[in-house]
Amino acid sequence: MRHLLRTARVDISESLRSRWFLVYSLIFGGLVVAMFISGLTESRVMGFTGLSRLLVTYLQITMAVLPLFVLITTVRSVAGDREAGIFEYMLSLPVSLASWFWGKLLGRFLVVFLPVLLALAGAVAWAMLKGVDIPWVQVAFYTLFLVALAWCFLGIGMFVSTLARSSDIATGAAFLVWLLLLLFLDLILLAVLIREGMPPEAVIAIALTNPLQVFRTGAMLLFDPQLVMLGPAAYVILDHFGEQGYLAWAVAYPVALGSLFAWLGYRLFRRGDLP
Amino acid sequence: MIELRGVSKRFRRHRVLKGIDLRIARGDRVALVGSNGAGKTTLIRCLLGEYRCEGKVTIGGLSPREHRTEVLRRVGFVPQISPPLKMPVGQLIGFSAGVCDSDPERMYEVAERLGLDARAIRHRPFDRLSGGMKQKLLIAIALGRDCDLLVLDEPAANLDPEARHNFFHLLAERKEQVAMIISSHRLDEVATLVNRVVEMDQGQVVLDDHVADEVAMTSLLHARIELARPSDAFAATIRSWGFATRDDGLSWEGEVAGADRLRFLGTLSRYAALMQGIHLEEVERHAA
Repeated sequence: MRHLLRTARVDISESLRSRWFLVYSLIFGGLVVAMFISGLTESRVMGFTGLSRLLVTYLQITMAVLPLFVLITTVRSVAGDREAGIFEYMLSLPVSLASWFWGKLLGRFLVVFLPVLLALAGAVAWAMLKGVDIPWVQVAFYTLFLVALAWCFLGIGMFVSTLARSSDIATGAAFLVWLLLLLFLDLILLAVLIREGMPPEAVIAIALTNPLQVFRTGAMLLFDPQLVMLGPAAYVILDHFGEQGYLAWAVAYPVALGSLFAWLGYRLFRRGDLP
Repeated sequence: MIELRGVSKRFRRHRVLKGIDLRIARGDRVALVGSNGAGKTTLIRCLLGEYRCEGKVTIGGLSPREHRTEVLRRVGFVPQISPPLKMPVGQLIGFSAGVCDSDPERMYEVAERLGLDARAIRHRPFDRLSGGMKQKLLIAIALGRDCDLLVLDEPAANLDPEARHNFFHLLAERKEQVAMIISSHRLDEVATLVNRVVEMDQGQVVLDDHVADEVAMTSLLHARIELARPSDAFAATIRSWGFATRDDGLSWEGEVAGADRLRFLGTLSRYAALMQGIHLEEVERHAA
C-alpha cells in the first residue's frame, strides 16, 4: 500500500509538470468561465438564475472532450514512458507490479478528475455567491457520472497502453476506441441500424453498453425525468430500469467497465515484458 | 548467488538469447562485454525480472520475476541511458530510498563523494541535469543502499576523471560483499575493474574467463607525457582527463585512476606517433 501511494504521488507530480495537464485544466476551467460569459445560464433575459442548463451543457461538452483527453494522454504517457526507458529504470526498483500499475492508475485518475471537479465546484460556488438555489442532487449525480466516466476511460486507456508496444500505435488505437463509441452514440447511426432491420432490443442494448451513451442518457434523465428528448427508447429504459435504477446503472456500469479493462490491462502487464 | 540456466529470449521470430548458462558468485566482478546486439541488455533485463524468458533465472535462490520486491531490494542498477524523468532530484531520491527501505541521506552522501551536491539541486527536474550529473545521481541511488548485486550498464561513460576515481573507490569498498556485473561494449573500459570476463556474441556466451586481479581499484597513478611537438587534438583529449601543461603543450602531467590505466593507454595509443615519453607512477594505493 505504501508503494502504491508513493507511485501515485510520483505519477501525479509527473503529470502536473506536463504540458498536457495545463492544456487540459485550461479547457475545463475555461469551459465553465466561457459558459458564464456567453450567457449560457438559465435565462438570457433574467440573467443567471440557476445552474441546471449550465450543468447539462457542461456535461455534454465533457462527454466529448474528457474521454478523448483521458485516452490519448494515458496511452501517450504510459506507452511513451515505456519507449523512453522510464519503465526500465523505475521497474528495476523494488516496487511490486501491482503497486506500480494501480498506483499509476490512481494518480492519473486524480489528475484527470480534479480539474473537471474543480470546474464544477467553481460553477457551484458562483451560484452560491449569487444566492440562487443549488440543485444538490443533480450536482451530486453529475459528479458521480464524471467519476464514472473518467474511471471508465482511464481503465480502457491503461488496457490499450499495455497492449500496444509503441506510443504511436497506442494513440491510434485509443482514438479508434473513442471514435467507435462516438459512432454508436449518434442517434442517426442508431436510426440506420433500426431501418436496416436490426431488432430494436439490440440497438437499445448497444446504447446501454456504450459508456458514452449511458453517461449522456443519465445526464438527460436528471434534467428531463421522462426522457422526452430521447424518444421511444425512453420507454424501454424507464420500463426496465426506472429512474433510480437507470441513475444507478449510469454510475455503476462505467465504473465496472473501467475496472474490468484496468484489471485485464494489469493481467497483461504482469504477464508480459515490462519495458 | 546468481544462476542462469538455459536462458533464452525470443522477440517474435528473432532469438536474442540462445540458452545462456552462467553462475556468478559473491565477490565476482564480471565484465559483460560484446558488440551492439550481442544480447547484453536483454540478459540484464531478464536478470532484473523485466523480461519473461525461457529457462531459469535466480538471484539468491529466488526468481526476480516471481519475487521481484525481495530480489530487487538487494539489486542496485545503473542504466546506460538515463531515463527522461521530469521529477525533481529530491523526489527521485525520496522515492527510490522509500521503496528500497533505505535512508535518503546515504544516497546524498554517495552523490557528494562523486562530486555532486544533490541537495543543492533537489528541486531541479532530473531531465534538466547534464549527462554526468544524471549518471552520478543514478550511481548514488544504486550504491546508497544495501545490496548483494550491482548491475552497471556503462556506468562511468559520462563521468569526469575525478568522479571516475571516486566511483572506483566506492566499488572497491563493496567488492567483497557484492557481485558486480559491469556491462560495456569495450573491454578496455572496464578491464581493470573486474576479475572475470563474460563475452557475448549473437545471444551466446562465447568467452567466460577469470582474469588477473592485480590492480587495486583504488590506486592512483601520476602520469607525465612528453610529445615531439604540440598538438591541438591531443591537447583537447588530454585536458578531458584533467591534465595540464607548463611548456605550451610539449609535456603534460596529471593523475589517472588505477582502474582507468588501460583506457588511458588506449587513448594515448591514438597519438602514438607524437609520443616521446610516457611515465606512469603509482602514488596512492589503498587496501580496499
